[in-house]
Amino acid sequence: MSPLLDVRNLRVAFATDGGPVTAVHDVSFTVQPGEVLAIVGESGSGKSVSLLSVLGLVDRRRTVVEGQATFRGEPILNLSERVLRRIRGREIALISQDPMTALTPVHRIGDQIAEQIRAHERVSRQAARDRAVSLLRDVNIPMPERAVDRYPHELSGGMRQRAVIAMALSCNPALLVADEPTTALDTTVQAQVLDMLRRLSAQHDSSVVLITHDMGVVAEMATRVAVMYAGRIVETGTVAELFDDPWHPYTWGLLDSIPPLTGARPRRLPSIAGMPPPPGRTEPGCPFAPRCRAAMPVCYLPPPEQVAGGHRALCVLDAPARAALRPPRVAA
Amino acid sequence: MTATPLIEARALTREFVLRRSWLPGSGQVLRAVDRVDLAVHKGETLGLVGESGSGKSTLGRCLTRLIETTDGSVVFDGQDVTRLRARGLRPFRRSVQMIFQDPSSSLNPRRRVGDILSEPLAVHGIRPAREVPGRLRELMDLVGLPAAALDRFPHEFSGGQRQRIGIARALAMEPRLIVADEPVSALDVSVQAQVVNLFADLRERLSLTYLFIAHDLGVVRQVSTRVAIMYLGSVMETGETDTVFDSPAHPYTEALLSAIPVPVADPAARRRRILLKGEIPNAANPPKGCKFVTRCPYAQDVCRAQRPELRPLTDGRLVACHFPRAALFASGAVLA
Repeated sequence: MSPLLDVRNLRVAFATDGGPVTAVHDVSFTVQPGEVLAIVGESGSGKSVSLLSVLGLVDRRRTVVEGQATFRGEPILNLSERVLRRIRGREIALISQDPMTALTPVHRIGDQIAEQIRAHERVSRQAARDRAVSLLRDVNIPMPERAVDRYPHELSGGMRQRAVIAMALSCNPALLVADEPTTALDTTVQAQVLDMLRRLSAQHDSSVVLITHDMGVVAEMATRVAVMYAGRIVETGTVAELFDDPWHPYTWGLLDSIPPLTGARPRRLPSIAGMPPPPGRTEPGCPFAPRCRAAMPVCYLPPPEQVAGGHRALCVLDAPARAALRPPRVAA
Repeated sequence: MTATPLIEARALTREFVLRRSWLPGSGQVLRAVDRVDLAVHKGETLGLVGESGSGKSTLGRCLTRLIETTDGSVVFDGQDVTRLRARGLRPFRRSVQMIFQDPSSSLNPRRRVGDILSEPLAVHGIRPAREVPGRLRELMDLVGLPAAALDRFPHEFSGGQRQRIGIARALAMEPRLIVADEPVSALDVSVQAQVVNLFADLRERLSLTYLFIAHDLGVVRQVSTRVAIMYLGSVMETGETDTVFDSPAHPYTEALLSAIPVPVADPAARRRRILLKGEIPNAANPPKGCKFVTRCPYAQDVCRAQRPELRPLTDGRLVACHFPRAALFASGAVLA
């Protein structure tokens, strides 16, 4: 099966007052049809920039994007704005953390969804409006016939995010890029929105790239995961591989530092010492080495890749070394 | 728990009048905190949990006297401080310190860390001038920052370090109670764990008492000895942390816990998800009867007619529900 989205050796650099700063280093990933790929990382890890630069949504005057990216086998990197516009919205839709980046406050919700539909398809005003109503119903907005005539400020945050999802799905996109879609929502509302996102992306047969910092959201939504740190994918694998047998010490740290909701409460949470390196770091070695509890002198050289099937980690630790450092957890 | 609580809310109510304008809904009275009774005892950490609009932050601000209380009272160490003014309030101001979510907006960007920390020492005359430099270094050490940090400006620090500075500023007053409002929610997980540990260490070293306000239940479980769950201005359930998390009695607590995405690959290892209907109702127009009734999967007629009061179960916790979930109820063990 050929991948829907295939990104290879992506490098993104921004021009800053202090010279160019590389935010994404040699990132490669694929998105298969129908799968949910989660890209997880902390702020500044490059997870959003990787995707936004592939979609041409970065400031071209200040950004250098290098590498290859194909969508349905066609190159999409550095395409003209005109060509990209035909793909974005129709074939690839974006949901961002703040729904107000996608909604204008001065038009009614229904008109905004209808406009999106009519920008990509030749349908009548009435047909577009009817579709907007049915999309709002699909995302569980109560009384969709009335909600279409509401302005964004008349809806709650959760309802706005639903409206944005409705808009994103309006043209049956093959790929949905969701950048922290539920981070601004309350827990009970997040559960509703994630549930709906999972149901609708399956129904529309859309692949999803889910960008998040929340390992819980990853476990519930994704089929595969890529963990980013300091602009690199440091580990990638299926959800089961990553959660049951993580390879990279950074992934260990991410998983271990989440306070558990059940079982014994540790007196102290295992935490990762220090903080992520500043962007623009140029040392060749593993970017996590200064914080890594397993660091050794060789880590200051470029790390090798450990590979077993689809499970990969950018780390010098091989299976025996890992087992010695982090014994596999006994299932609770 | 017969000792005098360190701080106590007694039937505390805070109302806001929505700004009068031509917009519908203006001039309405929004009761953000609705006759809340809540006590924090010496040495404990009370985790105050709720979603947006639950009134948890407003309650925290009333308790610290950052905003006025509409009705009811704040009692600190046995003394009613609700109506105290200026000079009378000073000892309270010193004893109760607050830590905010966004450390960068609560630290003056033009002043060096050392100046930020020494000002309250001078204002309250806590230390003679000659002891101040030593005290500042001690504070840096307590929060895990190098003494060199004193000569730098807030913007030179990362989010986690800035929150440490915010904590140091609170500690400078040698407070008895720290009210922390979402102190780690702006931080990345790996840094969040460091700050959560710092809170625990400081409580032990300085025998502090915390009111820890947060929406993240995992963090609250980690730091709290007791928890209170708020919804639309009311406490729905309060009790020992393990009791509440292991067997939630209020349907809202149960749904809230079930809604948290769990970082495990095996779906069988998760709680049964209870998807609530709808969203949190408008606080200016809460449902009649139980405030949770519009979203409660177990609502009965009585829930729509009559608002349940907080009442004790045999395990010591309090629940505001006609039909609490915990097995205790099934065994007829409810006291009321």
